[in-house]
Amino acid sequence: MTRSRVPGLLAVPAALAVGFLAIPLVGLLGRTPWGSIGAELASPRVLEALRLSLICSFGAVAVSVGLGVPLAVLLARVEFPGRNLVRALTTLPMVLPPVVGGVALLLAFGRRGLVGQWLDRAFGITLPFTTAGAILAEAFVAMPFLVITVEAGLRAMDRRFEDAAATLGAGRWTTLRRVTLPLIAPSLGAGIALCWARALGEFGATITFAGNLPGVTQTMPLAVYIALETDLEAAIALSLVLLAISLAVLVALRDRWFPTA
Amino acid sequence: MLRSRIRLTAALAVAALVLAACGGGDERSGGSSGAASPGEIKVFAAASLTAAFTKLGEDFTAANGGTKVTFNLAGSQALATQIQQAAPADVFASADITNMDKVKDLVVTPQNFASNQLAIVVEKGNPKDVKGLEDLARPDLKVVLAAEEVPAGKYAKQVLDQAGVSVTPVSQEDNVKAVVTKVSLGEADAGIVYVTDVTAGGNKVEGVDIPKDQNVTATYPIATVKASKAQDKAQAFMDLVLSAEGQQVLKQYGFLPPPTT
Repeated sequence: MTRSRVPGLLAVPAALAVGFLAIPLVGLLGRTPWGSIGAELASPRVLEALRLSLICSFGAVAVSVGLGVPLAVLLARVEFPGRNLVRALTTLPMVLPPVVGGVALLLAFGRRGLVGQWLDRAFGITLPFTTAGAILAEAFVAMPFLVITVEAGLRAMDRRFEDAAATLGAGRWTTLRRVTLPLIAPSLGAGIALCWARALGEFGATITFAGNLPGVTQTMPLAVYIALETDLEAAIALSLVLLAISLAVLVALRDRWFPTA
Repeated sequence: MLRSRIRLTAALAVAALVLAACGGGDERSGGSSGAASPGEIKVFAAASLTAAFTKLGEDFTAANGGTKVTFNLAGSQALATQIQQAAPADVFASADITNMDKVKDLVVTPQNFASNQLAIVVEKGNPKDVKGLEDLARPDLKVVLAAEEVPAGKYAKQVLDQAGVSVTPVSQEDNVKAVVTKVSLGEADAGIVYVTDVTAGGNKVEGVDIPKDQNVTATYPIATVKASKAQDKAQAFMDLVLSAEGQQVLKQYGFLPPPTT
């Protein structure tokens, strides 16, 4: 241990910060009905919410990868007018209150919305109150995490590999597929994990845009919220599942966030 | 290294003291920072009371030398849970007896102050030609109800069960106002809400009556909260609600007098 040049007094607010962040978790664990948690977790409402949460969060990741990775590549590699504006727009959902996102989604993709009324007229598709709507709400909030992470990975990457591939005759698609994407695989993985975790925890945009119906749009966080009002034990059990998943994501990403080297 | 360790220990000790002091302070100063400072009361009221109680709050402030009334308006089930978790409430007004009963050990004797009935809320002009409860089973209608945990949702289920109508809602909203919102935005075609919510919903929605023999009566009890540090003011607000003047305001917003039993 090298001698630290950090003022010792910093330990006070730091310890308070740790307490502040950790005590709620202790509170949750302390109130957990460990005896009946197995039964709680096996109850149909919990299983249904869990199943739906998995479908929606992976759906949101699929949408985010399909649209977000190309966007990240363009943002990182191509100079185009308004690029900073596009980047700002892309990250907006990260700082926007999710409920506001939900209202905005309603006004855009709702049955009377800007795009939604056209979807309804032309294809008879309405998104609110559907599982697809829940996926959309989650993707809206979660995609920026993927875009930002992948773009950062692309910028940090050594571009000479791409140049070398090009001089050896590789086309643009081949270079992207065989050189660029494999090289940024760790960033892509981290981006997907972050995006997925955010989608899994999404509440505000989902309940506002997609509504709340068990088995259709009532994901885990919504189930926790509703259960909290009538059945505290079920709410705690659901919360524990989400906590465990979050911890798993942290552990999976520990090398990235807590480099030991 | 040793020195920094001693310092760290000292710092942690200080942190622990600070934490302990905060913990102690909370209990003592509950009066000033917790429930309500002098000159303010916190009224937890069912979402359906929003408009009427806002008016009553203004009247109360005017008649009581500027005593501020702060409202926490939500589904009664959410409010009851919050009071159980020791939220700083002075007065609780519930949209049903059940949720008042949930907190009966925490409140002073409740009194019924109003009643309400249900109506079907549809978009202005009733474009889907909804005539009664039976229509809500139509497959071409998107129906939104309040969740069964919410009083309005519980009453709606009661009304539908009595009429023998089976409705598959597209969403179960967390409070009755959200049902009106979904209809006024055009996302849903119909919902079941209180008569008073139709009045409060403004010019984007209209009501379809539910005949008396199919309807239910929602009884609204009000009580002061035992833990309140402003009992007198809380009682004064409750008295206003129960007074002829208060009853007149409630009537203006479409509420009926409490059941006479």
